[in-house]
Amino acid sequence: MTADPTAPPTEPSLERDGKRLHPVTPWRRAWAPLAGLFAVGLNNAENIRSWTTSLGLGWLAALLVALMLCGAGYGFLSWRVTRYLVTDTELRIRTGLLFRRTAHLRLDRIQSIDVTRPLLARAVGVAKLKMDVVGSGDSDELAYLGESEATALRAELLARAAGIDPLAAPSAGEAPARRVAAVPTPVLAKALALESLSGGWALLLVAGIALPVTLYVLGAGLFVALTVALPMLAGVWGGTLGRFLTQYGWTVSESPDGLRLDHGLLQRDHATVPPGRVQSVRIVEPLLWRRQGWVRVELSVAGEGNESGLLVPVAGRAQAGELIGRILPEVDIDKTMASITAVPRRSRWAVPVWRHGYGHGVTDAVFVARAGRLSRRYTLVPHAKVQSVRMTQGPWEQRLGLADIHVDHGANGTATARLRDAAEAAREVAAQADRSRLGRRNAAPERWLTR
Amino acid sequence: MDEVGEEAAWHGVRPGLLTMRRLVLALWLGPLVLAAAVIPAVLGAPVWSLPALAPLLLGAWGWRALGRNFRSWRYQERDDDLLISRGVLWRQLTVVPYGRMQLVEVTSGPLDRKFDLARLQLHTAAAASDATIPGLEPAEAERLRDRLTALGEARSAGL
Repeated sequence: MTADPTAPPTEPSLERDGKRLHPVTPWRRAWAPLAGLFAVGLNNAENIRSWTTSLGLGWLAALLVALMLCGAGYGFLSWRVTRYLVTDTELRIRTGLLFRRTAHLRLDRIQSIDVTRPLLARAVGVAKLKMDVVGSGDSDELAYLGESEATALRAELLARAAGIDPLAAPSAGEAPARRVAAVPTPVLAKALALESLSGGWALLLVAGIALPVTLYVLGAGLFVALTVALPMLAGVWGGTLGRFLTQYGWTVSESPDGLRLDHGLLQRDHATVPPGRVQSVRIVEPLLWRRQGWVRVELSVAGEGNESGLLVPVAGRAQAGELIGRILPEVDIDKTMASITAVPRRSRWAVPVWRHGYGHGVTDAVFVARAGRLSRRYTLVPHAKVQSVRMTQGPWEQRLGLADIHVDHGANGTATARLRDAAEAAREVAAQADRSRLGRRNAAPERWLTR
Repeated sequence: MDEVGEEAAWHGVRPGLLTMRRLVLALWLGPLVLAAAVIPAVLGAPVWSLPALAPLLLGAWGWRALGRNFRSWRYQERDDDLLISRGVLWRQLTVVPYGRMQLVEVTSGPLDRKFDLARLQLHTAAAASDATIPGLEPAEAERLRDRLTALGEARSAGL
């Protein structure tokens, strides 16, 4: 908050004007020692058992309580010193009990601001504010703020970053959003089930149950059986049910600062995709989705802080095309797909069956590469985002007169068109270099709020 | 591979690079060959000197491979981008548009300086852009660096 406008303007200071986080914050620290202890306990089950017999359970409980209190005490102290302040140009965050750290985030460098609400936090009515800033490797966060406070602060920061009068900014309100797509729950459930059938998850699940049981029957300890089972089951969980929980209720809405993604059943996540920073789009088409005509759309965004990189977990082709069109306005998805050509026949000597998955095409807007036989993956890189073009030839490819084309984009990814005819590839590389140069000249402006 | 650029405009790298790499190879394998050949002979079992042929053959093959690899390194400055072509078995041609360069580095280690060499490395926003030219003359490397930096600023584009 800025100082009272009638007072003579002074340099705002964190001590005087800084605001504290929500009072429940200290308790999040109280769980840390418990979790740590639990992890240690898992690793040294034998030790724990001997301790409990020698100490007695009462003492152990007392020890736990003491640890929790220590954690809470530390949490309280660190909460006391943590303050944040919004000035005209910066968001300042001061943290650290022993090692003081003051972060000054320049508002005009902020990429996106997202409000996340983990499960427990939702129960208490608080939220996390994550900021993604250009040039700083990691995203800074303010945890926790009251929910209304978090939304208001987000709106204020965005408004200030966009250059709306700072005095009006706090009341400028949330940027209006218009819903453009939503994934119905039955569709999501069916899609994930189909995909897990075509993936190895089902196998992993069976193995994760059968193997430990066999071990246990053969006389290995319960502990051993558990250590075998847990990672496998965790993998299955992450691949299927966990994904369902995070992707539940997926909605895409359009707002002035980019596309807003809201999702999650237990933990509600909100992410903003600034369109100008999307470096490449991936369309994934698992085998069993093809009859339904479903695809998944993933994004690579420059900068850190985009965790999942999902634009939409499942959508029909037409809808996916429309969503991609909102991010890359000049891309016509049907034309892009039509431009893809297969690899030459002689490539079967290099990659026998899977070669049918490979393909590559170019439109006047994007470079597209296709790969995968069962699960089709289309990688689209707009010409304006291409950082460098490479052409590689292994010894066997030289023999067959084939070459691979790689296009590197700014989100540290590469789109690879494999097994092209060598002469065609050389022409393609030269042409791609030209296209990218032209593409950059008429690229959209960098700043996402000044559109 | 090379039909991308104009035939005449390709530059190679300095022979000093080949000398240096072969020297390093000799320094690694030479003592190994000597030890493997001499020790059994001294101990009175000359038959066991035969395995010393393995590192010797490896060295001979490496000697030739280094030569071929050295000859394969070429670069070309075009109006808007830099081409780097290298490799014999695994050929690679990299095209980096000037406007995409984030920074240009010239490095020269102690051994490089002995042979009067410098290495030029271009960084773009993509980590995969592997654009390095070893074995340049230091003056040429600096000229390239300055020119690329100037061109990069002139044609700069964001992400």
